[in-house]
Amino acid sequence: MVQSILRAIDELGMDLDDFVFVSGIGCAAWIPSPFFNADVLHTTHGRPIAFALGVKMGLPHKKVMVASGDGDLVAIGGNHLIQNARRNIEMVVICINNGIYGMTGGQAAPTTPMGVKTTTTPYGTFENAFEDISGLVAAAGASFVARWTTIHPRQMTNSIKRAIEKKGFSFIEVFSQCPVQFGRKSGLSNAIQMMEDYRERSISVKEAAKLSKDELRNRIVVGELVDIEKPEMVEEIEKMKKKASGGTE
Amino acid sequence: MKGKRVLTGRYFMMGNVSCAEGAIAAGCEFAAGYPITPATEVANQLAERLPQVGGTFLQMEDEISSIAAVIGASWTGKKSMTVTSGPGISLMLENIGFAIGVETPCVIVNVQRGAPTTGMPTVGVQGDMVQARRGSHGDYEIIALCPSSAQEMFDHTVIAFNYAEKYRTPVFILSDAFVGHMREEVVIPEAEKIKTVYRKIPDEGTDPQTIKGFLDEDVAPMPIFGRGFKAHVTSSCHDEYGKRNLIDISALDNFVRKLSNKILKHKDEITLVERDYEGAEIVLVSYGAVARAAAMAASIAREEGISVGTLRLITVWPFPGEEIEKMARKAKHVIVMENNLGQIYPYIKAEAAHFAEVSYLPPRMVGEIQSPEDILRKIREVLN
Repeated sequence: MVQSILRAIDELGMDLDDFVFVSGIGCAAWIPSPFFNADVLHTTHGRPIAFALGVKMGLPHKKVMVASGDGDLVAIGGNHLIQNARRNIEMVVICINNGIYGMTGGQAAPTTPMGVKTTTTPYGTFENAFEDISGLVAAAGASFVARWTTIHPRQMTNSIKRAIEKKGFSFIEVFSQCPVQFGRKSGLSNAIQMMEDYRERSISVKEAAKLSKDELRNRIVVGELVDIEKPEMVEEIEKMKKKASGGTE
Repeated sequence: MKGKRVLTGRYFMMGNVSCAEGAIAAGCEFAAGYPITPATEVANQLAERLPQVGGTFLQMEDEISSIAAVIGASWTGKKSMTVTSGPGISLMLENIGFAIGVETPCVIVNVQRGAPTTGMPTVGVQGDMVQARRGSHGDYEIIALCPSSAQEMFDHTVIAFNYAEKYRTPVFILSDAFVGHMREEVVIPEAEKIKTVYRKIPDEGTDPQTIKGFLDEDVAPMPIFGRGFKAHVTSSCHDEYGKRNLIDISALDNFVRKLSNKILKHKDEITLVERDYEGAEIVLVSYGAVARAAAMAASIAREEGISVGTLRLITVWPFPGEEIEKMARKAKHVIVMENNLGQIYPYIKAEAAHFAEVSYLPPRMVGEIQSPEDILRKIREVLN
């Protein structure tokens, strides 16, 4: 992921100083902090998108990128995710989805599939899981939504580039193996095995369109799911300010 | 009025509106909040006025994101604030701790209402006094000011921004529904007569590796985002450079002490009180709306020939213990009054009880300010 983000920035001819990186709490939040030599805000659990919104308000011409995990962005911080997708404020949110709380020792997450034994569900999870976070963010109104797995680094770099250039809320979901916690609990014992599993289950948006819902069960639909133009909040705020201060739009 | 930051003039104005004007006069450029009674008028006024002067008000999805956005905006160099009431503060507390930990200037206005829990929204109480001081986890110091008039909602909000910028810390305005909804004369001075303070930032072009942007008891320059300072900002235990350290408890000790000492070292400059107790045998100690009743009772008592003075705390946190001691050394009786069941009372008693008799006069009903008659009765009681 680090590589994909840095390559994307580099290939766009941009500098780390063009960005402010914001992350929350969890393994994935360590992607920018402390490893990127840039402006980095490492925030409280679940709230990085809300902090990022404030940063973007103050620095509308900088790129703001959030990197965090599924527990941070979708569980405790779920409302900030959908509300800011709705606002369609320009920022890039990268959600590393490993389906588990890794840092705290393998507890069930809202993304953990039904039946998996975890530290907090020793008899198997009994809750339905979030199977389509990207679909949730798309429904909430994001301009750009893509999903990949860790076996798609090049495709991911391309999507990150498009996300950075997008005027709007861009969301990239990345299925990522956590062999230490998720792997051990789910019986997929090593990283290679888990990545092989991603390869087998991945199906492109185009191919997926030909299959029924039943046929898509347990598959990972990868690719760019949403890429649309719609009003972006920073621009709308600028228009509103002009109106309020007596200028013309 | 469009585009004018300072609305110089004399007004008949609501305290909450005055607060918003004070914020804008102080240079506030960003505010975020979530609707809540009895604080909504502050947000409404900010929503109308901030865009006129190039600023932004955002209505967020909750109070947690409100304070988060305020902190984010402050790290870009914008003077920022949020406004809410007790239930909103309860939600904000984790991120208020974050703001303290990474030394973020911001102003938090709490227009207190009947509590606990959802309580009684339109009634003013002083029920969140200790929450402001101790609500977030861990050891820390906070600054809190208690206005008692619509005018002070303006004046104290300006001071709150100045303290926030000067000491790089969140500053509370602990108002309540009475002061917030009170309408009275407010004089807004000319812009050049309003003192405004801006945070120190490192010189442009400073080598990021050399910036000590944190944990200085005399307040480190703030390496705000977007200037090439490559600020590494983490609320986890860190050193003077912002570098995380999660293994060495001496780093934690340094982190906790420096943050606290930064406020305590400057307590004299932060402390604002109103003393009117010279030669008085009995001193009424209060703050906020209750201080108005105390002043009235003291004046009636003096007319009756009883020696009564007042001490009003404007700065409640950091607690002005020295001021309490100074007062108590000269007094015989100290009567503490708050619109609650006694939140600051134990702090006052701890400082004053060596030197004077200290007692508490609760409101007859929580949410009803002590009447001058009740205060006079209490005065006569302590005299006998």
